[in-house]
Amino acid sequence: MARRATPEVNAGSMADIAFLLLIFFLVTTTIEKDKGIARQLPPKQEEDVPPPPLKEKNIFIVNVNKDNQLLVEEQLMDLEDLRQAAIDFLDNGGAPSGSPEHCNYCQGPRDTRSSDNPKKAVISVQNDRLTSYKTYISVQNELVAAYNFLRNRESTRLFGWNFTEVKNAINEGNYNGNEDAAWEQLKQIQELFPLNLSEAEPKKRGE
Amino acid sequence: MSKFKKKKGGEIPAVNTASLPDIVFMLLFFFMVVTVLRDSSLMVKNTLPKGDQVEKLKKDRSIFIYAGKPGPGYDKYGTEGIIQIGDKITNIGNIKFALEGLRQKLLPSLKDKVVVALKVDGETNTGLVSDIKEELRELNMVKIIYITTPGTELQN
Repeated sequence: MARRATPEVNAGSMADIAFLLLIFFLVTTTIEKDKGIARQLPPKQEEDVPPPPLKEKNIFIVNVNKDNQLLVEEQLMDLEDLRQAAIDFLDNGGAPSGSPEHCNYCQGPRDTRSSDNPKKAVISVQNDRLTSYKTYISVQNELVAAYNFLRNRESTRLFGWNFTEVKNAINEGNYNGNEDAAWEQLKQIQELFPLNLSEAEPKKRGE
Repeated sequence: MSKFKKKKGGEIPAVNTASLPDIVFMLLFFFMVVTVLRDSSLMVKNTLPKGDQVEKLKKDRSIFIYAGKPGPGYDKYGTEGIIQIGDKITNIGNIKFALEGLRQKLLPSLKDKVVVALKVDGETNTGLVSDIKEELRELNMVKIIYITTPGTELQN
C-alpha cells in the first residue's frame, strides 16, 4: 500500500500564537529611561584643612529647615523665587570695572554688596537632616536651572546655540558637527559660569 | 450579455495575510530584546521626586542604590528609611562591601567611570541621603546622579 503523503501542518494559527507572545512582551516591557540631576561629590579630604578664604558677599546661603521652608540670604523665600534670586546673585558682577575681578559679560544690577564675579560666587546649601528629599531635589533643581539659564544665555550670545541642548546631544551621541570643537566651547561657557555649589554637613534634627 | 457575466469582476480580492506572522514575529523579537525583566524587586517605597534640569544616565557604568521607607509587606524593617542595594536591605555600615561587589561586576574599562544612581523616595529624610554620600566619598565614587521623574519641581 502506498504511503500517504503527510498532510501539511496548518500554520494559520501561527499569527495568533505570535500575537499572544507579542502582547505578553508589550505588557511586561518597561523601557526604562532614567534621567536625573548629575553631581560630583567633593573628594575625601583631611580633617583639619582650613576652608579657602571667601568673601561673605560672594556666598549665597540657602538654608532649608526641617519643615521644608527656605531661608535665602536671611529671608524667607518661596521655591518659585529661588531661581531668579540665584540668577541675580550669580549674574551680579559687583566688582568695579578696571579691577581684575571685573565681569564684562554680566548683565546683573552690579550691586557692590552682592557677588563680584560668577567665577567667585558660591552657592551654599544647608539642609536639616529632617528636610524631605523632595524639597532637597527641588532646591538643587532650581539652582542648576539658574546656572543653565545663564550658560544658555552666554552660549547663545557667543556661539549662537543653546548650551543644554548641545550638551545633551553630545551625551546622547547624536550631535552632528565637530564634537571636539563643540566640547571646547562648552568648556569655555562652563568656565564663565562654573557650578560652585557647596553643601554643608546637615545639621542634627530640629536644631 | 452572458459573455460579460462570466467575467469575474466587481469583487475585491482578499488581502493576502501570509506575511502577517512574519511581521508579528519581527515585532515580537524587538520587544523580547528590549525587555528588561527586573532582577531585583523593590523592598522600599520608591516614588521619585520630580525635576526638569536632567541628564541621561549611562546604564553601562551605573550602580543603583534605592532608599526609602519599607514598602508594603516589609514592615519588619520598621518605619524609618532604609537602603536597598541589589536585592538586599543594607545598613549604612555595609554599603561599602555591597558597592565594591557591584563595582567588580562592571566592565574593567568602565570601573573608574562608575556613576552611582540614587533612587530615593521623595518622602525620605535628607539625612539618610547625606549618610550615603559620605560613604560614597570614602569609596571614591564621587560621580552621582539623583534619579528623578519628569515634571517640574514645583509639583513636588
